[in-house]
Amino acid sequence: MTGTYFMNGDEACCEGAIAAGCRFFAGYPITPATEIAERMSERLPEMGGIFIQMEDELASMAAILGASWGGMKAMTSTSGPGFSLMMENISLGLCTETPCVVCNVQRAGPSTGLPTLVAQGDMMQARWGAHGHYEIIAVSPSSPQEMFDFTIWAFNLSEQYRLPVIILADEVVGHMNERVAIPPPDEIQIINRKKPTMPPEKYQAYRPDSDGVAAMATFGDGYHMHVTGLTHDQRGYPVMEADTQEEMITRLVQKVRKNSDRIIRYETFSLEDAEVAVVAYGISVRSAKRAVAEARERGIKAGLVKLNTIWPFPEKMIRDLAGKVRALIMPEINYGQMVLELERCAGGRCPVLLVSHAGGTIIRPERILTVLEATLKETA
Amino acid sequence: MSTNKRKALQPHPYDYLLRTDRIPHIWCPGCGIGTVFGCVLAAIQKSGFPLDDVAMVSGIGCTGRMAGYLNLDSFHTTHGRAIPFATGLKLAKPESCVIVTSGDGDLFAIGGNHLIHAARRNMDLTVVCVNNFNYGMTGGQMAPSTPFGAKTTTSPIGNFEEPFNFCSLAAACGAVYVARWTALHIRWITDSLSEAIQKRGFSFVEILAPCPTSFGRRNKIRSAVELLKFFHERSVIRNHIDPKDAVLDFNKHLIVGKFVDIERPTFLDNYQLIIRRELGDWPGLERQIPQPEKP
Repeated sequence: MTGTYFMNGDEACCEGAIAAGCRFFAGYPITPATEIAERMSERLPEMGGIFIQMEDELASMAAILGASWGGMKAMTSTSGPGFSLMMENISLGLCTETPCVVCNVQRAGPSTGLPTLVAQGDMMQARWGAHGHYEIIAVSPSSPQEMFDFTIWAFNLSEQYRLPVIILADEVVGHMNERVAIPPPDEIQIINRKKPTMPPEKYQAYRPDSDGVAAMATFGDGYHMHVTGLTHDQRGYPVMEADTQEEMITRLVQKVRKNSDRIIRYETFSLEDAEVAVVAYGISVRSAKRAVAEARERGIKAGLVKLNTIWPFPEKMIRDLAGKVRALIMPEINYGQMVLELERCAGGRCPVLLVSHAGGTIIRPERILTVLEATLKETA
Repeated sequence: MSTNKRKALQPHPYDYLLRTDRIPHIWCPGCGIGTVFGCVLAAIQKSGFPLDDVAMVSGIGCTGRMAGYLNLDSFHTTHGRAIPFATGLKLAKPESCVIVTSGDGDLFAIGGNHLIHAARRNMDLTVVCVNNFNYGMTGGQMAPSTPFGAKTTTSPIGNFEEPFNFCSLAAACGAVYVARWTALHIRWITDSLSEAIQKRGFSFVEILAPCPTSFGRRNKIRSAVELLKFFHERSVIRNHIDPKDAVLDFNKHLIVGKFVDIERPTFLDNYQLIIRRELGDWPGLERQIPQPEKP
C-alpha cells in the first residue's frame, strides 16, 4: 500500500493496523467506527488474516484477547456505547497483560447521544472505565495521517508493554478525508512482543525482565501457561492474598509509570516565548493551531502543546510549562475531563482555563482565540 | 510409613495433565465437576492431539476453575466470555483443539448470546457444560437451569421461572454434536467428549452434576450420594431423539444421550471458500456449498 492516498481516518487506521502486522480483527458495527470494520473485512482476508464480526462488543474484545494469545496482532474498533461494553475485557487484557489495540472513534454521548457527530467524552472512561486499578496507554490522533501513524505506534506500544492500547480518535478525525502517506514497509518501525527463550520448565508467564515486562508465550509453543483474570503470582497461578495483589498491581502500574518517558509523546508549536499556552488533543488540536496562529498575528504570544499520548499524561512537562506561562487553556469537546488532569499537573502555578463544548461539532478557533485574548488581559 | 500410604503416593495416570502443585482443588466434597474434569482429561489423552496444541478456555464459576488445574495452555477468562475468547484463540491457531469448559450460568445466562452465535457460525470448539442447576461459586443462586419450583438463595420460596433445555437450544442454533449425560455416566461422558473433540465444528456436551453444598442442601437432597442416586434412578438414555424432546423433568425422567451428530462446514471452511472465490454470487450460493451426505 506504499504511496500517497486520499482517505478518511477510519480507513487510515486500518492501513496502519495492517502495516503494523495486525492480522486479526473482531468487531461490531457502530457509527462512526463502522468504516474500520468495513475496510478490515475487505483487506484482512486478502492479507491472509481473519476478520470476524462478533455478536457484540463484549465478544469482540474477548476474541481479540484470545487471538493475541494465539500469537496474532489483534484489534477492534468501536465508539462510546461499544467502548462501555468492552471495559470488562479491557480489564481482563490489562490483568493478563495481553497486547491488543482498541480504536474508539468517539461520538457525542451519554448513551446513544449523537451517533454521527463528534465529541471527546470518553477520555476519562479510557483511563478509569474498566474495573480495578491499572495504568493504561491511550493515544490521540488529530488527522487521518495520524490515524495511520498512531495505529502503528499503538500496536508497538501494546506489544512492547503487553497491554491493550486505546486509540482515542473522534468522529471528525475518523470521517475526515485527507492526504495519507504510507511509507515503504522497511521505513516503518515495528515492535514485536518478547517471546520466552528459556525451556518451558523455567518459564514464568509473569516474571518481568528489567524493563518491567515479562516475555509472552503463545498458545501452542509448549509453555503450557495458565492465564487468569484472578490475581496471580509470577507463575500465573491464582493466589487470593493481599501480598500477591500488591505484587501484581505494582507490576501492572510500574511497567507503564517507569517507562512513561519512553511512552509519552507530544509536540509543541511556537511555545518558546509563549506567555499563554493552549494544550489540546485530537481534533481540537486543529482548532487550537488556527487560534494560536491568529493570536500570533495579533501580537499575542500564544503557544500550543499537542498531546499525542493522553495516558499516561505528560505530568512533568505540564508542571514545568505551568511555571513559565501566564495561563494554560484546554479546548475539549466535553464539559471538562482532561482539563482536570491539566489543573492537577499545573498545581496552581498558573490559571487553567477550559474551552468546552458539549459535542456535536468541533470547537471553533474563534472561541479559543477569544479566551486567549481575554486571559492575557485578565492576567496582565 | 505404612504400605498403604506408600501406595497412595503413586502418581495418578493423569498427573501429567494436572498442575499438581495447585492441588488440592477448590471443589466441594461430592461435587460433580471433578468427575467431569477426569473425563475431559481422559478424552484429551484419547484424542491423540499433540498436547501442545490443546487449550482449555473457561469462564467464571466453579466449573470455570477447571482451566486452572490443567497443565496445558489454559485460559480462565471473564464471566460468560469463554466462547468468544476461545473463538479468537481458535481462529489464530486453526490447527489446534480448543475446549471450553464452563457452567450453566456462565454459558447460558451471561454468555448465552455468545454460545448461540458460536453455534450458528459452527465455530470449531468443544463446549463442555457442567450443569449443577444453580450458581455454586456465589453460594447457590437461581440459574437458567434451575428447575421450576426449586429453591435457591434468590428463589427462596421456589423458582418461578422455567429453565432452558440447553441441548435443544444448542442444536437449534446449529451445533453439529450435542449430547447430555449425568456425572454418573463416566464412560459415556468420556466417549462423547472424545467424539466431540474429534468433531469438526461446534460440539456441545452437557453433564448434569450434583451440587450437594448449594443446590442439594436447599432442595432436600443433602448428600452427593442421594443426588447421584436420584440421577441413577431418573436418567433414561434416548440416543438420537430430537433434543427438544429430551426434557429434564425432575418428577419423571432426566433424558440423556447423544442427540445430534451431523456434518456442516465450519466457520473457517466457509471463510476459505468465500475468500478463494470458488463460489459464484449470492443468491444461489447454497447449492454450491458442499453438502454432507445424510447420516
